[in-house]
Amino acid sequence: MSAGASSRLSAVLQRAEDLYRDRTLGEVRAWKARTRGLAIGFMPIYIPREMLHAQGVMPVGIMGGGDDLEIIRGDAYYQSYICHIPRSTIEMGLNGSLDCLDGMIFPATCDVIRNLSGMWQLQFPDRLSCYLDVPQNFDAALGGSFYRRELEHLSHELVAHGARPLEPEVLRASIVTYNENRRRVETLFGLRRRAPWKIPTHELYLLLRAGQVMAVEDFTAMLEEYITAVNEDTTRQPLDQARVLLTGSFCEQPPLGLIKTLERSGCYIVEDDFVQVHRFIRGEVRVEGDPMDNIVRAFVEDGVASPVRYIAEHEKGAELVARVRECAAEGVIYCSASFCDPALLDQPMTVRALEKAGIPYTAFKFAENNGQFQVIREQSGTFADSIKLWSEV
Amino acid sequence: MAPKTETQVHKEDSQLRQKTMIAEHYTRLANTPDTGEKSVYTFVPGNLTELIRSFDLLPVLPEINALQSAMRGKSREYIAIAEKLGHSEDVCTYVKCDLGMMKSGNVGPTGERLPKPDLLLLSYTGCFTFMKWFEILREEYDCPVAMLHVPYQAGGVITDSMRTYVVEQLRDKVIPLLEQVSGKRYDEARLRAMLTRSARAEDDLVAVLNAARSRPSPIDAYFGGVYYIGPIFSAFRGTEDAVDYYRMLRDEVEERAREGLGPVTPEGPMERERFRLVVEGPPNWTNFREFWKMFADEGAVVVASTYTKVGGVYDMGFRHDPNRPLESLAEYCLGCYTNLSLPRRVEMLARYVQDFDADGLLVNSIKSCNSFSAGQLMILREVERRTGRPGGFIESDLVDPRYFSAANIKNRLESYLQMIEQKRAGRTA
Ligand code: SF4
Ligand code: SF4
Repeated sequence: MSAGASSRLSAVLQRAEDLYRDRTLGEVRAWKARTRGLAIGFMPIYIPREMLHAQGVMPVGIMGGGDDLEIIRGDAYYQSYICHIPRSTIEMGLNGSLDCLDGMIFPATCDVIRNLSGMWQLQFPDRLSCYLDVPQNFDAALGGSFYRRELEHLSHELVAHGARPLEPEVLRASIVTYNENRRRVETLFGLRRRAPWKIPTHELYLLLRAGQVMAVEDFTAMLEEYITAVNEDTTRQPLDQARVLLTGSFCEQPPLGLIKTLERSGCYIVEDDFVQVHRFIRGEVRVEGDPMDNIVRAFVEDGVASPVRYIAEHEKGAELVARVRECAAEGVIYCSASFCDPALLDQPMTVRALEKAGIPYTAFKFAENNGQFQVIREQSGTFADSIKLWSEV
Repeated sequence: MAPKTETQVHKEDSQLRQKTMIAEHYTRLANTPDTGEKSVYTFVPGNLTELIRSFDLLPVLPEINALQSAMRGKSREYIAIAEKLGHSEDVCTYVKCDLGMMKSGNVGPTGERLPKPDLLLLSYTGCFTFMKWFEILREEYDCPVAMLHVPYQAGGVITDSMRTYVVEQLRDKVIPLLEQVSGKRYDEARLRAMLTRSARAEDDLVAVLNAARSRPSPIDAYFGGVYYIGPIFSAFRGTEDAVDYYRMLRDEVEERAREGLGPVTPEGPMERERFRLVVEGPPNWTNFREFWKMFADEGAVVVASTYTKVGGVYDMGFRHDPNRPLESLAEYCLGCYTNLSLPRRVEMLARYVQDFDADGLLVNSIKSCNSFSAGQLMILREVERRTGRPGGFIESDLVDPRYFSAANIKNRLESYLQMIEQKRAGRTA
């Protein structure tokens, strides 16, 4: 790799890591100062960011406090048997990290996020706090209509707090902007599938996290920059690692150290559900036709199978098996947050599908503030070794 | 043994009546292979009992089976079976208990085998776990599933959009499937008649719950309350049986209130009411009597509870309305307690503390249940702040005996009651 490519790569990664680590959202503050727009935080997993974008609002993904946030007051809000992300989110709300946000959106992900929406209303009565219900009925005429009304309500709330009214042509342009971004994201995932040694997951992860706290246009440019630098790089060579699909981390995120640990233990993560807002819709959102309708249809028709989404017809786990095949993974790692109801209730059902398909798996739990990975390292190392052994037989 | 008083005999009348109703229902369920009757598995919050029964289908409520399993000392074994099958120790124990029961032959609370469902009616209100629960059950049974998605009342009100969405699902999805499974046409006149009966029973239930405003309270609205809500939260809403039961219960309770008597506990009538509490959260079922006794021994009476509102918030004014059958069912589903926003829950609890002149709010936080538990510490502080009355906090689980620590709960309860006494002494000093 040329010195130029190497420094290019380090620069983009450094910037991504800085954004990931900056809990006080400096980039968002700078964007606000520049544009005078609103910034609205949102919790995992998914919100239609296009709509906010079209109203001049920056959607800011809030994914917990990570492993280096000291929880001072957050623990007074939650019992020990509730996952970690809501307490670090409350902590950041209380310690001023999120002060630059004009509001928060809590999508209907689980009971914890649902209840957090009400806690936010009580704790921060002067700020916009919206619960975004999403349909579990995926019939366009029923669930789709309901979802559209929910989105229209959210849009009005944003206007009431100073955002621009929604205009169809502007929304269409925002769809185009996000589709471009999705394409880059998919390019990266495709590259990683083909050559995981070129795109280590901890790097991809940093980029996706950075994309949560910056303008989408800048994020797209950052992905471009990374793709170019990686393609120029000739030093990264394949190792004898097991190809695994990682699942269960769609909401609370594991610490970066854990992702690195998995990679160092002999796994190439070739597919995952980290920072899933970027990939919650399969493919692109349609551009032609009524743009609001397209956003709605994207959710009801093209949403990925997720533990937070009711699976009406297909066999549970069928989609996971298909994804394993698609990315040629040799095994699955369930990496779920402790006490995460959707992930943990879902797991035995998808495990059954894996077993039926003869796909090996291993499972562990984490909290976002875990600092010790020795046990996990041993477990994933053993898993990777056993996969490699099988593949040699 | 002390001779039974007149009022105890009255009390036993309604209890006996309920026992007979439940036993008959389970026998009817057990006999379905012979009678050809069909069953629908569904959940307590947002249950559509009148609609189900208007098709002559029989409801089965997995949560009730789970709690009954715990009261019969079976839940430890059932949960262990589910965990062996790979279900996490972190998740709702109702689900695991139900699954374990099913894997052990699906023998219900009366010792008779429960039928397999002919339909899984997933009326999904107030808790995401319900959705996963029926995905799990669906894998075990070969029957259709009807999903009724009930939006969350995040803004504290039922909007037209929510109501429309639920009514449309009832009309376009749920009713056609009920017709298909039962082989009968939707009969709105019959549904209306049932809803009329529901409203009558609901009036009487509210009178029973409001009797706790008297001093002493003639009822315990938590430990006793779970028995009172049994018929209306489960298979009987809309039936003549329920109307008769609630009439009888109301008469008994009003009689006790007139006589200035306290509640009847498993140890007998409570002699002296020393503390009046509002309780938030479900009870523990594995050690239910022991749990109740801890309160009764201290003279602590629960005068209002939120658990008794998971199947409907009738005391806040909701009634099923025969003139708007589907809309009314939709509003019922939308209004169940765990479907209310945190601010609404705080308001409701603060109002209970004030209206029932309670000494304070006690939270029984349930390890299993994020729907109830996430946010309870904040609820507690808010209610304390608004009412100026002290709050207490204990922890247990619904049906997992591993998480019931009697010594710990007793200690915390006693400290809480002492704190109330100190506050009282401070006020009168
Ligand atoms: S980690 Fe799981 S339980 Fe916790 S907030 Fe996220 S989805 Fe909900
Ligand atoms: S989590 Fe709570 S509300 Fe949900 S099924 Fe379990 S006990 Fe019921």
